[in-house]
Amino acid sequence: MSFFTEIGRYIIFMSFVFKRPDRRKVFYNMLMREMNLIGIDSLLVVVLIAIITGAVTTVQTASQLTADTGFLPPNLFPLELVGSVVGSSSILELAPTITCLILAGKVGASIASEVGNMRITEQIDAYEVLGINSAGFITLPKILAGIIVIPCLIIISNFLLILGGLLAAKLTGVMTIDQYINGLRSSFVSHYVEVMLIKAFVFAFIITSLSAFQGYYTKGGALEVGEAGTKAVTRICVTILALDLVVAKLFL
Amino acid sequence: MIRLEDINKNFNGKSVLKGISAEFLPGVINLIIGASGGGKSVLVKSMVGLEVPDSGKVFFNDLDFHNLDYSKKQSLRKEIGMLFQGTALFDSLTVEENVEFPLLMFSNYSKEERMDKVNSCLAKVNLVNVNKKFHSEISGGMKKRVGIARAIVMDINYLFCDEPNSGLDPLTARVIDELLKEITQEYHITTIINSHDMKTVKDIGEHIFFMHQGQKWWEGSRENLPMGQASNPELNAFVKASF
Repeated sequence: MSFFTEIGRYIIFMSFVFKRPDRRKVFYNMLMREMNLIGIDSLLVVVLIAIITGAVTTVQTASQLTADTGFLPPNLFPLELVGSVVGSSSILELAPTITCLILAGKVGASIASEVGNMRITEQIDAYEVLGINSAGFITLPKILAGIIVIPCLIIISNFLLILGGLLAAKLTGVMTIDQYINGLRSSFVSHYVEVMLIKAFVFAFIITSLSAFQGYYTKGGALEVGEAGTKAVTRICVTILALDLVVAKLFL
Repeated sequence: MIRLEDINKNFNGKSVLKGISAEFLPGVINLIIGASGGGKSVLVKSMVGLEVPDSGKVFFNDLDFHNLDYSKKQSLRKEIGMLFQGTALFDSLTVEENVEFPLLMFSNYSKEERMDKVNSCLAKVNLVNVNKKFHSEISGGMKKRVGIARAIVMDINYLFCDEPNSGLDPLTARVIDELLKEITQEYHITTIINSHDMKTVKDIGEHIFFMHQGQKWWEGSRENLPMGQASNPELNAFVKASF
């Protein structure tokens, strides 16, 4: 199937998704369930990855800035620069992009498999026979839950990335905590937080909508459900990285 | 009553339904039989709106289903129940929630009224003490019965069953057959069952449609099935192969 056909199918799918929900109370319950699945169930992995990534970034940046490469004299840059680099890159790139790539694997694959399984077990047909807009009924709570919860995960991830860097600075002794915090403070730009949040909302929409789309049009059996999960993750990752560049170019 | 007028359907240039016209009456078991790939499932899906015929009309009483506007179609859909081959129970919901689901979406009943209706439907299909169990915790026969309970909970006028006996042992299959017959007669609904189980034909079939290669090959009552007649070798072969 051509790229443009897929885009067309995605747009048509979305036109069904954004219709008024049939019953608000049922929709609200589904929204809560999805927020729990996307948010709470992903919290541990986000926490672990953020702390480790923050620590690794700090150690590696410090190592690069103090290395004697023969080109520049060692210790040319003040160690405060490490805090500055970790802070800015966490806000702009590591928190939104790395977190969302992780969530693409966890949440995206899970949504694609769940919806794909609903398709092959005729649950989607059962909704349609009942007169329910199945695309909207299944997908809209997932998209809204993602848009609410994923930015929260990214904010938490951002704090933990910086905390991970601080712990690494203290535990490895590459620099003092004061140097790290001074670096963070000196380079803080509030606009970067706005860019991070824009990325968070865009990526959250991509993760939830693309994975549901991929699952919704699954045909066949268990093998195809697995394939839908893999395709969803691959497409989400590529789209996130492409849109990362677009958002950076537009807003920085 | 459901009436089909010259239904045609093609998939990728291959004709799957060829000029099907038929009438399905209320209060009797209408059986669509035929070998796999004969177009039975596509025909049923065309009747419930999961497929749109390339040409032809499906009438529910006098309503032309595929040409109704959205709100009328949605309102007609509430009169339709369907038992799917794989039951299609919602796996995130318990038995009770599955049966309650159509009421929750489309009725204004209070929680107590909904539960009364759910319990009476579950009792109707002889299911007790399974309300809080999930789809994965009950047997195949029980799943079919939950599927029937969910299909009839909305006071339907039309019941469609796609291979209701598939995957069931002979005893349970007979129980499901009897249940479908009882429901059809008690509620005087139009029931259409898609099957290739000749035991079902013998036990409960009243009005039978034999489909072969996308065409209505034969239609008649169980008593008139042309057993062993040279005039209808396809139907004979199907009937013989079933015993």
